[in-house]
Amino acid sequence: MTAVDLPTPQRGGLDLVPTTDETQKAKDFTSDQEVRWCPGCGDYAVLASVRSFLPELGLRRENIVFVSGIGCSSRFPYYLDTYGMHSIHGRAPAIATGLAVTRPDLSVWVVTGDGDALSIGGNHLIHALRRNMNITILLFNNRIYGLTKGQYSPTSEVGKVTKSTPMGSVDAPFNPVSLALGAEATFVGRALDSDRKGLTEVLRQAAAHRGASLVEIFQDCPIFNDGSFDVLRKGDDVAQRLIPLVDGEPIRFGNDGEYGVVRADSGGLEVRPVAEVGEDALVTHRAGEQDPTQAFALSRLSDQDLTHTVTGIFRKVDRPTYDDGARAQVTAATEQAQQRGDNLQALLTGKDTWAVMPTPEQEA
Amino acid sequence: MSTDTEVGADLPDHLVAHGEIRQTEVRQTHRVVIRFAGDSGDGMQLTGDRFTSEAAAFGNDLATLPNFPAEIRAPAGTLPGVSSFQLHFADYDILTPGDRPDVLVAMNPAALKSNLSDLPHGGVLIVNTDEFTKRNLTKVGYEANPLEDDSLAPYQVHRVAMATITRTALEPTGMSKKDAERAKNMFALGLLSWMYHRGTEGTEAFLREKFAKKPELAEANILAFRTGWNYGETTESFAVTYEVAPAALPTGTYRQITGNLALAYGVVAAGQLSKLPVFLGTYPITPASDVLHELSKHKGMGVTTFQAEDEIAGIGAALGASFGGALGVTSTSGPGVALKSETIGLAVALELPLLILDVQRGGPSTGLPTKTEQADLLQAMYGRNGEAPVPIIAPASPSECFAAAIEAAKIAITYRTPVFLLSDGAIANGSEPWNVPDVNDLPDLSVEFATAPNSPDGTEFWPYLRDDDTLARPWAVPGTAGLEHRIGGLEKADGRGSISYDPDNHDRMVRLRQAKIDGITVADVEVDDPDGAAEVLVLGWGSTFGPIGAACRRVRAAGMSVAQAHVRSMNPLPGNLGDVLHRYRRVVVPEMNLGQFAMMLRARYLVDVRSYTKVAGLPFGAEELAGVLTDAVKGDLPA
Repeated sequence: MTAVDLPTPQRGGLDLVPTTDETQKAKDFTSDQEVRWCPGCGDYAVLASVRSFLPELGLRRENIVFVSGIGCSSRFPYYLDTYGMHSIHGRAPAIATGLAVTRPDLSVWVVTGDGDALSIGGNHLIHALRRNMNITILLFNNRIYGLTKGQYSPTSEVGKVTKSTPMGSVDAPFNPVSLALGAEATFVGRALDSDRKGLTEVLRQAAAHRGASLVEIFQDCPIFNDGSFDVLRKGDDVAQRLIPLVDGEPIRFGNDGEYGVVRADSGGLEVRPVAEVGEDALVTHRAGEQDPTQAFALSRLSDQDLTHTVTGIFRKVDRPTYDDGARAQVTAATEQAQQRGDNLQALLTGKDTWAVMPTPEQEA
Repeated sequence: MSTDTEVGADLPDHLVAHGEIRQTEVRQTHRVVIRFAGDSGDGMQLTGDRFTSEAAAFGNDLATLPNFPAEIRAPAGTLPGVSSFQLHFADYDILTPGDRPDVLVAMNPAALKSNLSDLPHGGVLIVNTDEFTKRNLTKVGYEANPLEDDSLAPYQVHRVAMATITRTALEPTGMSKKDAERAKNMFALGLLSWMYHRGTEGTEAFLREKFAKKPELAEANILAFRTGWNYGETTESFAVTYEVAPAALPTGTYRQITGNLALAYGVVAAGQLSKLPVFLGTYPITPASDVLHELSKHKGMGVTTFQAEDEIAGIGAALGASFGGALGVTSTSGPGVALKSETIGLAVALELPLLILDVQRGGPSTGLPTKTEQADLLQAMYGRNGEAPVPIIAPASPSECFAAAIEAAKIAITYRTPVFLLSDGAIANGSEPWNVPDVNDLPDLSVEFATAPNSPDGTEFWPYLRDDDTLARPWAVPGTAGLEHRIGGLEKADGRGSISYDPDNHDRMVRLRQAKIDGITVADVEVDDPDGAAEVLVLGWGSTFGPIGAACRRVRAAGMSVAQAHVRSMNPLPGNLGDVLHRYRRVVVPEMNLGQFAMMLRARYLVDVRSYTKVAGLPFGAEELAGVLTDAVKGDLPA
């Protein structure tokens, strides 16, 4: 087998999507469907953020498509007045792939949950990321199955007691950011549902990124996993838990920036008091670094018990997208075909034919 | 080659009287069946393909049956490693690749052992003696060398040291012994080409093109090919050669085509005729992969191919493309259909066009990947949760796959529904002449996308407001301003299309979806009942068309009456089918499964059809079916 060099178009994520001059508001993106999530569900906060963020993109509303799988979060498309498809469990990235490849003029979003994306749909997720499809994936992670009423999910903590694990879960969870980085994702971010500013900033950059963007959104299920992220929202030690990433800045956090991230003897990263290690020892965050090693090490600082949680944009690098590459081949082949004068009749007839002529009687 | 009786049995009446064979050095014959059999690595498929191309170029009618193991290279010289290619060519319209070969070319003991029982006594057997070593004989359980005892006495045996002769001929090229011997299949091809008065130019041109980057290999193969030809001409062991005149087929321009190629061309044509971009989302699977291979070559004709991470993603992407206004297509075989079922159900609920090309193979599970079977019918009919009707089109021969793909696309586009196309391994890999259609005669498949609000008050877009005639819903693609809407797998309100859990609405929607499929316009089934006196009807579907037709010719040649009909739309069934079935005293349904179509017919029409079934991985034989039909005519068919 031979390999050929393929062109690498450099574009923004929405460059081919038509824009509008009309002023848009959040309510322009609000459909007539009644929102039916449980009271207190984190999905409301995310929906509000997305509705208020979309006008900022200035895209024609009809050129935005939300595709979802199955689960509470996957009802999302019904509540946005764009085009949308509520598909089947785990398959949204696959469906979005066909749409994104054939329709470069669309802004394609996938809404999925921890069960949908990481359990039944894990295969499609990693391949969409690997291919770098030009889609933006919002992964709502509440660490529980909500719609099926409270079983543990592939992000649930070890030992979690649920309806299906009365003696505690013995299942080792995924770290979605680590998984995405391992799957060669070119854009990986994380935000808390309640952090509107942080979430909007990650969404903004994810939408602008050409290629697959994975945004993990921590989100509460008030019914089956209530308060699961409360330690990141309230209390005196929130600042000691959250590690916000700022591109180009040393990674430092705490009420007074008293903690920092430094290289560990293990080869990874660790959290140390700045007073002990000195400012010069702090690692600087570089989301655009092609080598994903540091981004991966940062992802490992997030503990299951939320002692530390890294938020922001872990990685944002340019790499050719599958859909651009596939379309470039079709375009090139079409131009060649037109130059050669290819047509359907010539294709069907082919090169090796023989003629059966009318017999004299038939002609007579 | 065939005796008068064998010729006459399969011949249309007008040819029987002229079926005499002249006892001269060059004999005229109406039809010949040749089987090339060897090890998987011996190049038997290539050899058969080449001979087929020569027969096609000469203007014979033809039908082929490749038969090969699922392993790419099974252990050399073993019985499981035998690969064969059977070609039937004739000077009249034939229907099958032939039950039994007139000529068997056996390249090694394994090929001889596994194929000899199919060769009728008196048949021609050409054996490559070089492979008949003690070790190779032992490997396949021969205690004595069959070339040295009298076990081959009933046949006309030609013992040819093909490897040795090829090696010797290629010595001047300086190739290694091993490489030179690999060209022995071209020696065999040359010998057969001489026997049947085939030209050499086509094969030589083919070899030069195939080995364009390695001209020395091309010349070595051509030398081996000519050596085979000259061997026939100069040795005295072959005293007779045969001529098979071109066939008197309907006028037109013909080419040779396999089912998978015709299927791919049909998909390309459907894209052109509908002016929709074609998107194939698929995953490699035997025996459907050639559809992907072929379509991936036609990007210049508006075809995008996507090799997905699995079967589910393949159809998912195709459905996503359909949502965006493309003609979504997925290609697969039975195990892949099982994985795609949930997405097919979603497509039923979404009511979007989608083609599902199922090239059936032996099942259950992995089954017999390279062998043919028709056992996916009920999977295609009913293999989904809920009431999820899907139209099914079944081509009857390789060349019919072209029109079948266009028909399937037409239904999908017109009725906004997923459509199954059921091919099978025999159709997919078998080939026959194809009367190339004039593209101006092909149907117009153009689509009208929704562009404006359609609600009764004219202010909203209702995605499930149906067309009165077809019951199809509007196809509004993203990018159309003012028609923003959400669809999905949850039940939708009739008309408006919002989520609805209303019991009456669900009942109505289930019935509407069924009524839409039941209302698809389908051509009536045609009955071939030449003397109008038949009391027995044989009804087939899919690739059994050829063997059933050949069997009917035999039964009629023996003076009995039998009617034949073939169904090409399995869902919905032709409107006149019930009347046709009730018109005959006995209906026989041969199928390569355990009676799936028979079950559908019994349930639908309350007709006591008789199943004749076989699931041996190979098509029915004409002789075998003729026996079944004869029993049916005589009233001896067991229940």
